[in-house]
Amino acid sequence: MENGDSKVRIGFYVCHCGTNIAHTVDVASVAKYAAGLPGVVVARDYKYMCSDPGQDLIGEDIREHGLNRIVVAACSPCLHEATFRTATARAGLNPFFCHLVNIREHASWVHTDRAAATEKVQDLVRAACGRVRHHKALERKRVTVRPEVLIVGGGIAGIQAALTIAESGKKVYLVEREPTIGGHMAMFDKTFPTLDCAACILTPKMSQVKAHPNITLWTYSEVMGVEGFVGNFKVKVRRKPRYVNEEVCVGCMECIEACMYKQPKFDDEFNQRLGKRKPVYIPFPQATPKVVLIDPETCLHFKTGKCKQPCIASCSRNAFDFNAEEKIEDVEVGAIIVATGFKPFDPARSPKYGYGHFPNVYTSLEVERLVNASGPTGGEIVMRDGRKPKSVGIVHCVGSRNLQTNRWCSKVCCMYSLKLAHLIKEHAGAEVYNFYIDMRTPGKGYEEFYNQLLEEGVHFVRGKVAEVTDWAMTPEEEGKLVMRVEDTLAGFVRRIPVDMVVLSVGLEPREDSQEVRRMFNISCSSEGFFLERHPKLAPVDTATDGVYLAGACQGPKDIPDSVAQAGAAAAQAMALIDKGYIEMEPNTAFIEEKECSGCKSCIPLCPYTAISFNEATVKAVINEALCKGCGTCVAACPSGSIKQNLFEDVEIFSEIEEVLANA
Amino acid sequence: MPETFEPRIVAFFCNWCTYTAADLAGVSRMRYAPNVRIIRLMCSGRVDPQFILEAFARGADGVLIGGCHPNDCHYIEGNYKCLRRFRLLRRMLDDMGVEEKRCRLEWISASEGDKVKKVINEMVEQVRALGPLDLPGRFRDWDKEVAALEHAAPGASEPCDAHAHAHKEEATHA
Ligand SMILES: Cc1cc2nc3c(=O)[nH]c(=O)nc-3n(C[C@H](O)[C@H](O)[C@H](O)COP(=O)(O)OP(=O)(O)OC[C@H]3O[C@@H](n4cnc5c(N)ncnc54)[C@H](O)[C@@H]3O)c2cc1C
Ligand code: SF4
Ligand code: SF4
Ligand code: FES
Repeated sequence: MENGDSKVRIGFYVCHCGTNIAHTVDVASVAKYAAGLPGVVVARDYKYMCSDPGQDLIGEDIREHGLNRIVVAACSPCLHEATFRTATARAGLNPFFCHLVNIREHASWVHTDRAAATEKVQDLVRAACGRVRHHKALERKRVTVRPEVLIVGGGIAGIQAALTIAESGKKVYLVEREPTIGGHMAMFDKTFPTLDCAACILTPKMSQVKAHPNITLWTYSEVMGVEGFVGNFKVKVRRKPRYVNEEVCVGCMECIEACMYKQPKFDDEFNQRLGKRKPVYIPFPQATPKVVLIDPETCLHFKTGKCKQPCIASCSRNAFDFNAEEKIEDVEVGAIIVATGFKPFDPARSPKYGYGHFPNVYTSLEVERLVNASGPTGGEIVMRDGRKPKSVGIVHCVGSRNLQTNRWCSKVCCMYSLKLAHLIKEHAGAEVYNFYIDMRTPGKGYEEFYNQLLEEGVHFVRGKVAEVTDWAMTPEEEGKLVMRVEDTLAGFVRRIPVDMVVLSVGLEPREDSQEVRRMFNISCSSEGFFLERHPKLAPVDTATDGVYLAGACQGPKDIPDSVAQAGAAAAQAMALIDKGYIEMEPNTAFIEEKECSGCKSCIPLCPYTAISFNEATVKAVINEALCKGCGTCVAACPSGSIKQNLFEDVEIFSEIEEVLANA
Repeated sequence: MPETFEPRIVAFFCNWCTYTAADLAGVSRMRYAPNVRIIRLMCSGRVDPQFILEAFARGADGVLIGGCHPNDCHYIEGNYKCLRRFRLLRRMLDDMGVEEKRCRLEWISASEGDKVKKVINEMVEQVRALGPLDLPGRFRDWDKEVAALEHAAPGASEPCDAHAHAHKEEATHA
């Protein structure tokens, strides 16, 4: 049955997809039309082709009518190609004799004119029936999958995924850019809506990561490059020097005490620059690993070469190594989970709120540190001018839901604004005003938390803050920050004087998200968060097999959702590596040796160096195991001797011919 | 030009970006002109210039190629190879009198469903304004001219034969 046209027996099926397709495309007439095409033996339309009875229809027809080609006109092959190939295989026919025509995403959902849409579908169906006659039986190649997993980013999402996988007995490499894992959550005091203390629930998990025999934790490190593909990724990790041996240091912090700088002098990044640290430091007391590091930008030794280095002397374990250099680690893994989180919106981009101009305007993340017992003020809310606020205004949606900045809702800001209102009232006893556009509290226990805040006497003003100003119009406003806002419930413009302003900044993609995305060969959605394969049905997969997403790098998310998603990503990665192998699409290229003229044009074209030259035969050869099936060499070969399975020239030319045949 | 000229456009979309973007346009229920027939390839690097010539020779009024943005190709650099070939082919199309707007290369990422819509609508309008290309018809005319020349000057038939043959080759892609 291989290619002899006369023996081609096509079964054609067009799906109504409920009314999704049938509404815009006259499916009955498409079936009738297909029945008249050469080689078509059976042509049917059916309500739901992907349902069991729909799939059975194909199998029955294969057996009854001796079909050897299947064409299904339905949704995108990205969705159901596998379904119909499997149905074909179940009836004993090679699955690659089945071909899908995308008439939903590419026709019924994008057109309104029924006649024009139906005509387009007929053209596409004709092209498919033309191409399938050239299809061949193909075998899927099995590739073994390495059992290790790389996780990039050690926030709550990365931590959760790492622990889940490690617990299953698989080996994990967790790479974190900062000197400690924990991500944003490590900065918070309490977490909504239950107000459990962030450290109490997070630090045990951090220690577990450090202690777990199956987890290799590389902090202060970054992935430099990724090669290979699902099951066999080769990853290069750069480990920056801490100038302190991580294996030896026990975090006693004697060296910090001993440093030439008697007082902390440099901006402390972990505390959002609200506190100071020394050149030798540990980001926060529960940092994991609990190891100090030296910042060469501020360390006297690195800057002048003249420091007496009392730190070295103070260390009883001899952990210092000022000559340390960066280390490159090469690892091989079967799957990768990207959990690189988010970046808070920079409110300097919305100057009307006065951030950076008025010292008493803060971001929410700064306030998280201020209310934190281990923060720069020991949990007391003291402003930059040393005063304690008696009144505080919290502005929701800063940077979010705004055409000038970010269009999306950042999902967590309403909830954390409520949390901060509660904590500020608790810590400072201040009057708190929340300025919101809409109160968004969907989630278990969230609306209840809002109601609790209403009862606590926090003021809520519905309206967008127009401006924060220090221009006083009345004596009460003297020395205050005045919030100008249209109270849309009261129906007039108000001026509310406060001591302190908190900007509830939204969540946005990290600055380097484009580089990270390219490194892992994944896509971003339009706002820049990493793109999942399917928003509903494959929310942790990406378009690249073996690369999964977890946490806020995929979109704004709170901690419960990040943890849940991390579990899902871990499960997907484990399903992949537990099976131990994957089957590759057989769309690889091969060279018809006798046709090859030995011109070598193809050799430099292959991005995977799959093509080599056999000097003995003077012919090019493709290593099927390395070929990924892009088809670039196929298009370039001047003698037409390279073929690509599933995308052979004859197949594509017949598609072109047939799609235009209705002149 | 017939009164209701509906351009016929063949599109070659790479699986990972532009084809997916077209799926997204569908999922988002964007509406666009029904004149384009999409052929799926794994990468824009698979686009053989012969595919484009063949489409025109078979009566397409326009050809659209869609691939991932520079640096984004799923296979690292297939889109650059495509661009290289496209530039070469462009010159040939110019010589053949195929207007620039009839053959378009666009980088459309998986998230740019709206760009699929915009490009298709734009291209359909531009090609509609240009009118039918009718390369098959032109081939017939050219063949007739050549035949007439042959008839007039039998002595010079050799090179003309080759010429006529070349056109046929294009028309049937060999
Ligand atoms: C002010 C504020 C208060 C909040 N309060 C709450 C709350 O009370 N309750 C709640 O449920 N949610 C809260 N959230 C939301 C919460 O912060 C997120 O849900 C959570 O942090 C997401 O976790 P993550 O691991 O995805 O990302 P992150 O916490 O951002 O962690 C990502 C980690 O990846 C690392 N990383 C990034 N890029 C790379 C790279 N290229 N290589 C290596 N490592 C990298 C980062 O250093 C970081 O450690 C709040 C958010 C804000 C802004
Ligand atoms: S381009 Fe074609 S002819 Fe040249 S070496 Fe490669 S396979 Fe052989
Ligand atoms: S199809 Fe692509 S990956 Fe395969 S050998 Fe050719 S150039 Fe290399
Ligand atoms: S995969 Fe899209 S251009 Fe190569």
